[in-house]
Amino acid sequence: MKKENFLLSATKTGLVGGAIAIFLCLIGMVEIFNKRDVIQGIVTLGQFVWLATAVGAGYTASQQTSHLLNGKKPAQNLTAGALAGFFSAALTAFLVWLGSQTDLRAIFINASPALYELLTFGKGLAGLPQLLIIGIISGIVGATFTLLPKAVQRPLLHALMMLIFMALFSGIFRVVMINQGNKWETLAKSIFSQTGLTQLGGWIFILGTIAISVFWSNRGEAVKASMARMPSKGKLSLRILVFLIIAVIALGLPQVSGPFIAQVIVIISLYILMGLGLNITLGFAGLLDLGFVAFFAVGAYTVGLLTSYGPFGLQHISFWVAVPIAVLVSMAFGAFLGLPVLGVRGDYLAIATLGFGEIIRLLAGSDFLAGYFGGPQGVIGIQKPCLGVLEPFIKLDTPRICDGIEIGQGAADHFLAGPGGIYYLAIISALLIAFVAWRLRESRLGRAWMAIREDEDVAEALGVNLIQTKLLAYILGAAFAGLGGAIFSVLIGSIFASSMQLLVSINVVALLVVGGMGSIPGVIVGAIALIGLPELLREVSEFRYLIYGTVLIVMMLAKPEGLWPSQATKRELHHETSAQGGD
Amino acid sequence: MAAILTAKNVTKRFGGLVAVNNVDFEIPEKSIVSIIGPNGAGKTTFFNCITGYAKADEGKIVFDGTPIQSQRPDQISRLGISRTYQNIRLFADMTALENILVGQHIFLNSSWISAVLGTSYVRNEEKMALAEAQRLLNFVDLKGKGDLLARNLPYGAQRRLEIARALATKPKLLLLDEPSAGMNPRESEDLTAFIRHLRDELGITILLIEHHMRVVMGISEHITVLDYGQKIAEGTPKEIQNNKQVIEAYLGRGAATEGMDTAHERFSKKVK
Repeated sequence: MKKENFLLSATKTGLVGGAIAIFLCLIGMVEIFNKRDVIQGIVTLGQFVWLATAVGAGYTASQQTSHLLNGKKPAQNLTAGALAGFFSAALTAFLVWLGSQTDLRAIFINASPALYELLTFGKGLAGLPQLLIIGIISGIVGATFTLLPKAVQRPLLHALMMLIFMALFSGIFRVVMINQGNKWETLAKSIFSQTGLTQLGGWIFILGTIAISVFWSNRGEAVKASMARMPSKGKLSLRILVFLIIAVIALGLPQVSGPFIAQVIVIISLYILMGLGLNITLGFAGLLDLGFVAFFAVGAYTVGLLTSYGPFGLQHISFWVAVPIAVLVSMAFGAFLGLPVLGVRGDYLAIATLGFGEIIRLLAGSDFLAGYFGGPQGVIGIQKPCLGVLEPFIKLDTPRICDGIEIGQGAADHFLAGPGGIYYLAIISALLIAFVAWRLRESRLGRAWMAIREDEDVAEALGVNLIQTKLLAYILGAAFAGLGGAIFSVLIGSIFASSMQLLVSINVVALLVVGGMGSIPGVIVGAIALIGLPELLREVSEFRYLIYGTVLIVMMLAKPEGLWPSQATKRELHHETSAQGGD
Repeated sequence: MAAILTAKNVTKRFGGLVAVNNVDFEIPEKSIVSIIGPNGAGKTTFFNCITGYAKADEGKIVFDGTPIQSQRPDQISRLGISRTYQNIRLFADMTALENILVGQHIFLNSSWISAVLGTSYVRNEEKMALAEAQRLLNFVDLKGKGDLLARNLPYGAQRRLEIARALATKPKLLLLDEPSAGMNPRESEDLTAFIRHLRDELGITILLIEHHMRVVMGISEHITVLDYGQKIAEGTPKEIQNNKQVIEAYLGRGAATEGMDTAHERFSKKVK
């Protein structure tokens, strides 16, 4: 087969890059991101996004050139990069020209004058040559990157990632540091500007990351080896030390970070609880449940109805008694759902459970049952838990003393009232459930679940009772989600059927996939990445699902085993590399 | 010798197709018995009837005094029947050791609650299960491979691991579905010796489906031939080699008119 001319291929790549750039411009991303800086006075986030398309085009074109010419040939690689960068920029230039001729805003509302001004550096059409030159340079930069040895590429890539991360979260870091007092405030202001990083901060993060990355690539193996050589007692105490450090950070965090971050962590913890639950049914036992939010809803409504002071409260039970009841009710629902769909496999199971999730949501929000669940108005007036009150029943008409403070129907100012208090409740529950999940995984039951996931016929022939084992997966998964729901109800103080959307179930599946199916640390990492980060980046929330979808696709292509795969998968990868080394 | 498994008039239909037709069958205790037959003769379906994957439409199967024709596979495995598969069916994403531990499922009694609490009973049980799994791993010559994922093991090792997993259920009767498929003559010989060893040392009754005639004739004490779901012959290897109907089934109806001698020669060649 005759190979394509590399110049032609570079042109095509450039046009693809340009199309992406136009897309990002027209959906308004470039313009909105332009309000934020990566490094103050040097490059804004909007410019950065645009540049990334040109650099990416140059990088891809150069890679293809190496492939077409059977090896790296610097002159051709750089030419290809420049060409791709040029065409990438040319499409944007065409957009600007088109916009100057006709009004595109009738169709593309984001094709505003501000966008054109941004793309032409405020010079009108006269700025276009400059745009093209920047495109060419970006393409060459991308191509140069492919020519560098791996040892240079890695630190640069790490530095770039660090830079973007720090720039995106600069606002949060800045606020947290300023809250810590004067010394910190000076430091914060020298590193972070109002909208991004200062030049000093930018250099600190770039050089610091490069230094760490270089150090780790040189010494990392040695450190790992010396860790592996450590006696098992030493390893254990190291693990305990790491755990203690994490625990201290986790417990002290709300004092340092303020309520907003604590609130985000509570939401992450709730998703961790749900993720750990689904990790049992889907990750361990391989039963795809798309209606998982139903169990969360059951837990939330049970606690809500049992503790609420609102019109639908059945009993004013203490939260600490209501939680075990909520978990038990969720388990009952798990069995109730599990029984009919036990015989259903694979795709059909997903659809059946999806239906179940929707039924629960619709019933809870329906007028038909509004007398019990409040319909669309929901259940309100759910009391925050009191640490000191352990008596099971509290009469409505007597004043209630909670942690030394008398509370009525309004909010109370006691330890567990604010998000800070719920924070401890959520994070301790999440850690506890993670431990339970880990114990289950290592048990006879966990192995039976995984055997069912791998091949249920064979598992059955080895004596695994499919009905019992699958039902237990549903029941325990439901219990974890129910606990999450219980905490959710006291966090918000009210429950509405509309917050139990299908999207929640899908989010939980997605965080399992991203974190690594069947891996407990993977659930935590997945929840932080998919729930926590978007929550912190509210300002770009307009593009939340665009970025979300892109990340999922890229993950599936680049790292299908997840961010933190389970031990077995890791072992497998390790084995493959060592086997290759041995040959 | 007493029969450990007796099948009477077993029939299995899939729609209009009669996969197993009125088969009577007996396995004497501690024997090595084979089922042979052309492709599609109903051998694997018959296996599935014994292990509970397929419910026999008619007939009766009695194992060790218990009728099993209407039991579930997990119940049958508890009675002491275990099997391997024609296309290896390991738990591919679990380690070799975990595969064998799943095989011990029926001997472990700890509930999930005690597993969460980590009681000393659970810890002891797990420790013993692990030791037993290690022992089985060594037994099938996979020492030190316990932490590898089953999918990463070489083909021969996967076959052996599958047998180790089946042995973990401590079966009285072991069903091997084409164990020598894909093996070279040397490996088949090792396998033959290994199967004999299982019977002689562990006292396990063996039922084989096998296509390699050399293995079948070399190891079996008794052979049953199926064709189109029907039992057409049974007897010792010698008797089967000289059975006219068997030769016809394997070489086509023309073989009989061709003259018994030539046909027998061709069949013998196939056998060797």
